[in-house]
Amino acid sequence: MLKLYNTELSSRVLLGTAQYPSPAILMDAIKASGTEIVTVSLRREMAGGKSGDKFWSLIRSLGTHVLPNTAGCHTVREAVLTAQMARDVFTTDWIKLEVIGNHDTLQPDVFALVEAARILSDDGFKVFPYTTDDLIVAERLLEAGCEVLMPWCAPIGSALGPLNMHALRSLRGNFPDVPMIIDAGLGRPSHAATVMELGFDAILLNTAVAKAGDPVAMASAFAKAVDAGHVAFHAGMLEPRDVAVPSTPVIGRAVFT
Amino acid sequence: MKLLVNGEPHDVSAQSLDALLAELEFQGEWLATALNGELVRSPERQACRLNEGDKVEILTPRQGG
Repeated sequence: MLKLYNTELSSRVLLGTAQYPSPAILMDAIKASGTEIVTVSLRREMAGGKSGDKFWSLIRSLGTHVLPNTAGCHTVREAVLTAQMARDVFTTDWIKLEVIGNHDTLQPDVFALVEAARILSDDGFKVFPYTTDDLIVAERLLEAGCEVLMPWCAPIGSALGPLNMHALRSLRGNFPDVPMIIDAGLGRPSHAATVMELGFDAILLNTAVAKAGDPVAMASAFAKAVDAGHVAFHAGMLEPRDVAVPSTPVIGRAVFT
Repeated sequence: MKLLVNGEPHDVSAQSLDALLAELEFQGEWLATALNGELVRSPERQACRLNEGDKVEILTPRQGG
């Protein structure tokens, strides 16, 4: 059972709600993924419009947990205010904290991230920080009050999959008891299985599902891969070796010469 | 009074944030508001006075990753 800030969850998939071909496909993908946490954002409303109400009604009908994000924020001030506004609307103290430092890579500004995480944690938020795979930043985020970490494995939406296995192993090994969710960069189910086999606790997906040819089928495929990787991690996998080892018993084989 | 609402200039007669939402016909039930970079919670909007040149942000739930 996955436990995030005292909330127990049976699914290890978190799913973003953006970029789907239609609301119906979004809903079906959420169901197919089995997720219990969906991410949402806050954006400017149009005068005379009720666009947010329609979307929010749809999400609320699912009965899942909601994890609002601070996507698009580039400063501590923007991120903190967006988090406060999200808490007011979504009535949750969960926040996926993003403070972007680079327009091209969407790499988090980890210095601002730590500062914002500290401010929000002190204000009672349960912070889910979108961070890099840097070990020291992870340590600082934990010191700032975060009880969950969300490292990327590659830039958001890049579909590159895990780029730095050493860094990911190092993170997992250094913080064995901290729930860690791989947040960004996954492109295919095998990527998800790979990071789960490293012992990560969950993954957060959006683009890889939403932009797939068949998002609903892809959501299901990712769910299976996550389960497979998680079970495999606990089942004790063989370490690779350079020489062959026969699987069929050698003793008792026939000798024909 | 001239205000900047979601980055757009508006000339309004509303004196409070609550009245501004009504005047500009923000009809959604699920709105988050900020005045000059500070959160204004829903129950505080009626008492939130506006001044010339204020910057108002009105946000609503959207898809997100």
